[in-house]
Amino acid sequence: MQLGIAAFILRKLLRLALLLIAVAIFSFVLISLSPIDPIDAYVGADMLQISPEQRDIIAQRWGLDQPMMTRFILWLRQLASGNLGTSIIFNQPVSTVIGSRFQTSLQMLAIAWLISGALGLAMGVVAGARAGSWLDRAIRFYAYTLAASPTFWVALLLLLVFSVSLKITPICCATPPGVLTRDVTVWQRLHHLILPAATLSLIGVANIALHTRQKLIEVLNSDYVLFARAQGESLVGIIRHHGLRNIILPALTLQFASLSELFGGSVLAEQVFSYPGLGKATVEAALRSDVPLLVGIVFFSALFVYTGNLIADLTYQIVDPRIRIGKSS
Amino acid sequence: MLSVQDLNITFTLYGRGLAQKQLTVITQLDLDVKAGEVVAVVGASGSGKSLLAHAILGILPDNAQVSGKMLFKGEPLTLNRCQDLRGKAIALIPQSIGYLDPLMHVGQQVQRTAQLSGLSRPAAKAAVDRTFARYRLAAIVQRLYPFQLSGGMARRVLVSTAVVSQAELVIADEPTPGLHPDVVTETLNHLRELASEGKGVILITHDIEAALQIADRVAVFYAGTTVEIAHAQDFSNNKIRHPYTQALWRSLPQNEFIPISGSQPTPDALPDGCLFSDRCPWVTQECRLDRPPFLQVRGAPVRCIHADR
Repeated sequence: MQLGIAAFILRKLLRLALLLIAVAIFSFVLISLSPIDPIDAYVGADMLQISPEQRDIIAQRWGLDQPMMTRFILWLRQLASGNLGTSIIFNQPVSTVIGSRFQTSLQMLAIAWLISGALGLAMGVVAGARAGSWLDRAIRFYAYTLAASPTFWVALLLLLVFSVSLKITPICCATPPGVLTRDVTVWQRLHHLILPAATLSLIGVANIALHTRQKLIEVLNSDYVLFARAQGESLVGIIRHHGLRNIILPALTLQFASLSELFGGSVLAEQVFSYPGLGKATVEAALRSDVPLLVGIVFFSALFVYTGNLIADLTYQIVDPRIRIGKSS
Repeated sequence: MLSVQDLNITFTLYGRGLAQKQLTVITQLDLDVKAGEVVAVVGASGSGKSLLAHAILGILPDNAQVSGKMLFKGEPLTLNRCQDLRGKAIALIPQSIGYLDPLMHVGQQVQRTAQLSGLSRPAAKAAVDRTFARYRLAAIVQRLYPFQLSGGMARRVLVSTAVVSQAELVIADEPTPGLHPDVVTETLNHLRELASEGKGVILITHDIEAALQIADRVAVFYAGTTVEIAHAQDFSNNKIRHPYTQALWRSLPQNEFIPISGSQPTPDALPDGCLFSDRCPWVTQECRLDRPPFLQVRGAPVRCIHADR
């Protein structure tokens, strides 16, 4: 069994390497062909003040006069040695920017992830156990509506209600304006991430609740639940002893696989709330042609989503006895 | 112990739009079981065998309406009483390992059965140990998952669920499907043993040979009704009464091996008179008028007006 998991991880790492190479090729080709001129982007408003000769010198210095293939190999070599380059808009190494921005996002993502998982599971179980009741209808109505709502729209709505009308949450940012980072309290941080986290939770719940509901209905119609009923087990007993046991695995898988949606959602939610996380950095990098940062974020998000899916696959290997024991024997 | 008289089960189905359709799947079904007796229920698939079991346990789907009389120990078996009795006085032995939770150790599942029957946790644990020992299941089997059990072990685990519950009436629903002959004999012997201990046993099967190995009486079902409740020895003594029972008996390989022509009518196309009339060699005009009542012929009930000829 140990060997099985080692081989599994090895195979997954190989796939990750292939994925990253593919991402590297695609992002390089796409950005090379895009209308963004790296020198324009770098020089920005000072463009009028430099002569064509100076421009050529910069191009030569950066190797932009080389053919695309040569540039790609040079870039790949830097990438392989861990150098993602320097962000133009932050004037810091890309890895530093991603690191600090991700830390800011992480708290919000973690809270949204846990809440949507727990709440989604609970709602799915209630809806599935009482399938067809008005409670089930209400939960399904909520889930379908939210699943169909764009993230930025939900974010705007929350902002309108809680920040503009009720004034109980801050209107933007991760910290109060005009306060030094070291003076910001934990409560102030939490206060600022309530709305972005709530946006992502409200939307994340829908998918998980619907899947859990479906799975529980499947379990409740199974032969083993019929047998449990024949033994006098009540509905609560059935859910406690058989329902949760059999829905938790698909729920866990879904939970880790949902990291990708959460990440995608955070780009939109952070934009609306001006929350200075990785999602907002993505938008800034794209709008202001910060190519190194954009490529760095592409790599990071590929890694992040892949890790989520890898954990989802691994939980099955470790938790499901039919796979864990069935493979070894 | 158990007596079922004139049981009818009707399902309400929804057709197109709001149109409702009534489908009567069990009509005039009768059965009785005494303590210490094995009654086999024999019939083709779709003859209502499993539905009878589900009706006794009160686990029919919500769209089913039940009418007729079901008595358990002389008292009417209402839905409420079913809920109180199932798992305690009445136990089901299911068809296959698919009726066990795939993600739960079998020992834990059998222990849950014992606890549901009213035992405390330590008493239930002891009952599981005792029962597993009785059926030569090693202690380690308790820590296996259903998919790890062999066919024979699976049978013994399923029988254990009925034994730990101390039920007085055991319903074995098709307990020997596609099993090795040795395992079939072993499972049947376990059921016979339960009857010898004073329990009533209903053995639901389509395998008339297996049924005759251990049954005291054999109830033959056809298209949702009981056509005959014969004594087991009637078969070999050539005393069976109903033309369908006789046809079943003749179709066995060791007898004449003659299959019955035609097929069982579906619930939405039942004949008006005797349900077997469209396939019966003895059919007369009279048979097509009314459903035949139970008649006592050569010491056992049969639903055929020509049975005494």
